[in-house]
Amino acid sequence: MRIAVIQFPGSNCDYDVVYVLKNVLGVPTDLVWHKFFKNNFYDAVILPGGFSYGDYLRSGAIASHSPAMDEVRKMAEDGRPILGICNGFQILIEAGLLPGALLPNDCLRFVCKWVTLKCETNKTAFTSLIPEGKLLHIPIAHKEGRYFNTKEELKRMKKGQQIVFRYVDENGKITFKANPNGSVENIASVCNPKGNVVGLMPHPERASEKILSPYKDNDGLLLFESMIRFLKC
Amino acid sequence: MVKSKTIPVKVNLSNREIKTIRRLLGREPTPAEWGMFDIMWSEHCSYKSSRPVLKKLPTTSPRVVVGPGYDSGIVDVGDGYVVAFKVESHNHPSAIEPYNGAATGIGGIVRDILATGARPILLIDPLRFGKLNTGRTKWLFRYVVKGIGDYGNCIGIPTVAGEVEFDESFETNCLVNVACYGVAKKDKIFLAKFEHPGDLLVLIGGATGRDGIHGVTFASKTIGEKSEEDRPSVQIGDPLTKKLLIEAVLEILGTGYVHGVKDLGGGGLTCATSEMAAKGGTGVEIELEKIHVREEGMNPYELLLSESQERMLLAVDPKGVDEVKRILEKYEISYSIVGKVTDTGLLVAKFRGEVVASIPPKYLAEAPIVRRKAKKPSYLKRLLNVKKPKEPEDLSETLYRLLEAPNIACKEWVYQQYDHEVGVRTILKPGNSDAAVLRILETDRAIAAKADCNSRHSYLDPFNGSAGALAEAARNVVCVGAEPLAYTDCCNFGNPENPEVFWQFKRGVEGLAYMSKALGIPCVGGNVSFYN
Repeated sequence: MRIAVIQFPGSNCDYDVVYVLKNVLGVPTDLVWHKFFKNNFYDAVILPGGFSYGDYLRSGAIASHSPAMDEVRKMAEDGRPILGICNGFQILIEAGLLPGALLPNDCLRFVCKWVTLKCETNKTAFTSLIPEGKLLHIPIAHKEGRYFNTKEELKRMKKGQQIVFRYVDENGKITFKANPNGSVENIASVCNPKGNVVGLMPHPERASEKILSPYKDNDGLLLFESMIRFLKC
Repeated sequence: MVKSKTIPVKVNLSNREIKTIRRLLGREPTPAEWGMFDIMWSEHCSYKSSRPVLKKLPTTSPRVVVGPGYDSGIVDVGDGYVVAFKVESHNHPSAIEPYNGAATGIGGIVRDILATGARPILLIDPLRFGKLNTGRTKWLFRYVVKGIGDYGNCIGIPTVAGEVEFDESFETNCLVNVACYGVAKKDKIFLAKFEHPGDLLVLIGGATGRDGIHGVTFASKTIGEKSEEDRPSVQIGDPLTKKLLIEAVLEILGTGYVHGVKDLGGGGLTCATSEMAAKGGTGVEIELEKIHVREEGMNPYELLLSESQERMLLAVDPKGVDEVKRILEKYEISYSIVGKVTDTGLLVAKFRGEVVASIPPKYLAEAPIVRRKAKKPSYLKRLLNVKKPKEPEDLSETLYRLLEAPNIACKEWVYQQYDHEVGVRTILKPGNSDAAVLRILETDRAIAAKADCNSRHSYLDPFNGSAGALAEAARNVVCVGAEPLAYTDCCNFGNPENPEVFWQFKRGVEGLAYMSKALGIPCVGGNVSFYN
């Protein structure tokens, strides 16, 4: 098993994801500069957070045209797990690998804080170990994370179980107050119809060790552990 | 500004300094040389007023690896690792262009840490503004915070602590200080020195333009009505280039081919080359036309003085130049080989073959000290007559009023705009505790960091005000379970030519020295900002 973390110019959570995979989980992981990325060496790929190409033009827009994304597209077609975190999610959306759009937060400011998420489906490559309805504590840090899609599309996505996480309060309720950025229906994460491509705004790598969490849990690790389980099955 | 018939360019030097320069060179300086002396002998670059006072601070301890005088102080944190840290002010630029002023303040301090070979791991931002009831203050506050957020978040260094204080004394001149901490292996630290003649000088990063020319002389005068005209002196930040620069520099330093590295900040290429050659006791030769530029037609004066952002200078062993180029090309960073280290003991700048400057670097790097007069301010006497305020009748109402006061209220609006988690090191976060705590991933250790200052206390009693600031910072660090190892100071004062201001500065430093000795915590670096 070998995982790739793709480094675009301006990625800044690349080392963090590598640290969790290598040092916390002991999984063979390569940090790969986007120009050198080839899909055939890897079983799964993670697009880390950051500000690829300075977020100039539109978050993720320029990186989505990197030749690396053609390689990622091949992996998506093969059903290999692909996770986009924060800017990685923005890149996957810009590349058309995930549905919808990510707009500027409704407060128009960057927001960094810990949020509570509810798992909506365990039928993806990154949530197979997370029971549906389970609450997770994971931090967000973004300025353009307001998920949007049309009513018809949302209906279709719900039917296909493509909504993966929602922002909720401590009791698991989907409330206006629990929504940190104005995302439609409090959506924090979505997947493709096959469930092998997942994108989310919160940063699971920042919530993978108890020492970093104000709640003293390591909920983010479940996403990476689910991926490992998926690869082993 | 002096503009006489005999000096072809504008300089901000005293008549005495002008005479000294002519005497040192034994000839009439060229326009470029006047410009170089002008910036290097500015208060901002030379510390000509503050140096004699700063000597009072204790600077050594068994933990101190590098003390004041270099780009940043470095302390040993055990297990073979060191922490490099420094604080700087970016007040003047922020007061007229808050967004880019605050952003480039971060850029500068990050390069200082990077120049030691350390990976920057955290930022702290102490801020001061006027009262929040004017449109201008709200504008400054909002855009300083946005500038810090947009730049710091993008380069992937968490902003984990800071201060915000509002007081009418900061009405015209807000204070924007920024500290950066970095981690390095003890046997892999770099000093900003040219020691090996024959090394090639590689200028990397942002292209050189006309922005920021005379930023340091602008910082060495008082902000006034005409300051708006100085807006072109404010540099423009480019966080994407900075992020790539961080990664590229760390990879390049890892090759072992680099003998010296320095950031280009205030004073640009002149400051970097003269200081490095002066420290290493060598010379340097620069070919100005080789610099990669952003605009056409720049003259030698502009090329030597430009303060364009995101630039660093490396002294590279000629054997390693190809390897360095390969790394720069991977990260798509522009570079140019602009000259070499020599053993002539001269800083020589050439432009299309013609020598435009030839000065012993130490003349530039060691400006003559200016002994300033100090006089106890008259306002202190007047303050003795201030009547004690009447005790309020409704104490609960008073308590609510206190809690809603911007100086006391929660600062969540500020720190939520800063990414304080990136790097997976932040254990104690903003709002959690008295100091930020970050783990050092390479070891089992963690460091605590904090900035403190009670501005009003310092105004009323500079000695006890600064002594108190150090004691408070030490207490905050102890409260999270850490041992205070060292500190870096950031002195923000008014015009030092005013004896009352200089007295405040002098007493402030004496207070720091007193507390520093009493607690056994050395000062390893710092920053003095005058003309606020």
